[in-house]
Amino acid sequence: MADTNAHGAHKHDVDAVSGVATTGHEWDGIRELNNPLPRWWLWTFYACIVWAVIYWIVYPAWPLVTGYTSGVLGWKSREAIQVQLADLRTQRAAFADKLQAASLEEIEASPELLAFARAQGRAAFGDNCAPCHGAGAAGSRGYPNLNDDDWLWGGSLEQVQQTILHGIRSTDADAHVGDMPAFGRDAMLQRPEIVAAADYVRSLSGLPVPQGVTPDLAKGKDVFEANCAACHGPDGKGNPELGAPNLTDGIWLYGSSRDNVIASVTNGRAGIMPAWAGRLDPTTIKALTVYVHALGGGR
Amino acid sequence: MNMATKVETAVEESIDDVPLYEARRKIYPIAVHGTFRRIKWTLLIVTLGIYYLLPFVRWDRGPNAPSQAVLVDLANGRFYFFFIEIWPQEIYYVTGLLILAALVLFLMNAVAGRVWCGYLCPQTVWTDLFQAIERMVEGDPRQRREKLKNASRGQRAFEAAAKHFLWLMVAWWTGGAWVLYFADAPTLVWQLFTGTAPLVAYAWIGILTFTTYVLAGHMREQVCTYMCPWPRIQAALTDEYAFNVTYRYDRGEPRGSLKKTEALKREGLPAGDCVDCRQCVAACPTGVDIRLGAQLACVQCGLCIDACDTVMAKVGRPAGLIAYDTEMNVERRQQGLPPVTKVLRARTVLYAGLILLVGGIMVASLATRGSEGVAVIHDRNPLFVQLSDGAIRNAYTLRIVNKQPQPRRFAIAVDGVPEARLEIAGGISQAENGQPVVEVGPDQTYELRVLVSTHAKLPAEASLPVTFRITDVAGGETSSAPDHFKGP
Ligand code: SF4
Ligand code: SF4
Repeated sequence: MADTNAHGAHKHDVDAVSGVATTGHEWDGIRELNNPLPRWWLWTFYACIVWAVIYWIVYPAWPLVTGYTSGVLGWKSREAIQVQLADLRTQRAAFADKLQAASLEEIEASPELLAFARAQGRAAFGDNCAPCHGAGAAGSRGYPNLNDDDWLWGGSLEQVQQTILHGIRSTDADAHVGDMPAFGRDAMLQRPEIVAAADYVRSLSGLPVPQGVTPDLAKGKDVFEANCAACHGPDGKGNPELGAPNLTDGIWLYGSSRDNVIASVTNGRAGIMPAWAGRLDPTTIKALTVYVHALGGGR
Repeated sequence: MNMATKVETAVEESIDDVPLYEARRKIYPIAVHGTFRRIKWTLLIVTLGIYYLLPFVRWDRGPNAPSQAVLVDLANGRFYFFFIEIWPQEIYYVTGLLILAALVLFLMNAVAGRVWCGYLCPQTVWTDLFQAIERMVEGDPRQRREKLKNASRGQRAFEAAAKHFLWLMVAWWTGGAWVLYFADAPTLVWQLFTGTAPLVAYAWIGILTFTTYVLAGHMREQVCTYMCPWPRIQAALTDEYAFNVTYRYDRGEPRGSLKKTEALKREGLPAGDCVDCRQCVAACPTGVDIRLGAQLACVQCGLCIDACDTVMAKVGRPAGLIAYDTEMNVERRQQGLPPVTKVLRARTVLYAGLILLVGGIMVASLATRGSEGVAVIHDRNPLFVQLSDGAIRNAYTLRIVNKQPQPRRFAIAVDGVPEARLEIAGGISQAENGQPVVEVGPDQTYELRVLVSTHAKLPAEASLPVTFRITDVAGGETSSAPDHFKGP
């Protein structure tokens, strides 16, 4: 009895320097002290083990060959997210209902609804429209900039909504259609006629004539009036009914250089925008319309 | 020969003996009576009274704002303090307040030691209250010791239960008062009792009940001695002119029983005034023996002064053997010099000056801050657009703040762009005198998209500095924010 210490080890196992019992393990004369784990640490560790066991009983835990143990609670992350989405819809319901009931004009005139629609529209734009039009709707070659005041298919609230709902040259029955023919490729015009028409069109908005070029404007005017005026109008101011751009302004979707314009006349242009009706719910489309319209103030 | 060296050696020896881990000694201080005890009771009643009752004080701010004098409205991001209202972007006032608090603490310390610790710190105040409850239920330490021997198990268990119940009630009330600062107090009290209050209110009451119960009931002086950084900082801030609770060893030593010291005195031998009754130790809420000199654990509550003065009165010796005194004066007395008091010192003047400066800046900025504001963010993508007629347009998001409790109408203008045309997206503005005007609700922030376009020829790589200005249509107050106008 006298030669055991508090740890129950024999006296000859006690390290002389520290006074702590050793485990009896020895390596080249170095012995291991037996300092037990702190009690609180040990209990925390046991509690973690118990926790882990309970966890695999109640929650999905172990992978099996074709599935996994589902746990007695039957919890599924997919269902959890659906519940959260439903919660979100209920939270938004107050505003979403108002948005649904209000006309586009009413939304734009109410500070509250405008703010809500712009916030929701910005999110929907980022998810759906940004791949083509860019995150800030600045567009790029062939994809219109929605911040400016040039609207191919009309910039009123109703026209913007119509475009979003049904798209442009999409598969939707009510889509905007309107073709710029490939005058050169389809051999409707000869090359010199196309060049003359292009020079004439560029002169309408006062674009500078490249060096070494002497445009034949009279011939170009004739070609324009015979072939282009039907859609673009006799004065070239365009027609949003047909998506025919205004050729007298400073905005050129496919570039304003002489080569660009010649290429447009030769090969035609037919950008496509998908129809969003059926893919996005009507309220989201309303929000999107207001957001896009308020970007550049519409027309 | 020199008493000071003697005492110092005693301290050093005792430090050498202290093991790295010190087992907790439970401390049951005796009740004392005297000046400092009275000051402490008064401050306890005043500070706790403010804490528990302030949420119920009303302050009329008109129909569109809460009428609670002190309220942290987290949901709407507002802090109300009587006539002051702070918005989240004005959080620097809180920073200023914290700087001020630190400086006041430094100043208090330079003048009279740990006034904060001894009298005002919540840890001290609540511990004091809990100890009073303990003494009320279980009696003073002497009665406790007797009960431990004589009283029945049942009585002791009953008393312990009563004590913990009372502690928990105080703790619960403490947590309850805390949440009242975050919602309309009378409504919340009603909701709490009818079980309709938000869950987070109950959760916070639970958390604070627990912390109060544990910190004031069980940990007590351990918080001050081991957890709180202030004692360490304090030691670096004190100097030889600061008043601290001091045992005047020059007068007290050599200590001895009343009989012995009287006998020595009659024979003309040196004898001190300390009768070694250990009442100062028994009264100390942190279990310190102040006779060993200034030390970390002493919170300078002054209770040992009261305890000793009571003893001195009984034995017919002058009071003040333990007193607020300065290191300098103890030394000077030993050298036979008259005591000096020096409150105006470099550090006190510096702290006071800084307090005045920081306080002055805060008051000035509070007094002159406007009740409206505007902030502007330039669209990043695209930076500008070209319009069909060749004009260049920049889009901005304007955020207008109306801090008044009634709706106001603001006219919006931009300076710095030649031939500027300014439009507000959406149909939310009216035009008045050629300027768009929007209405901003009471105590609200209003965000709008503003389009600025110009036909003017801009300098190459243009980035013109511009200023947006809002003007209250009725009152004429204005506020402005700078930005840039970019071109190709
Ligand atoms: S030593 Fe005196 S002043 Fe310091 S904490 Fe104890 S009772 Fe208070
Ligand atoms: S209370 Fe006063 S007399 Fe008594 S031990 Fe303390 S210092 Fe000495």
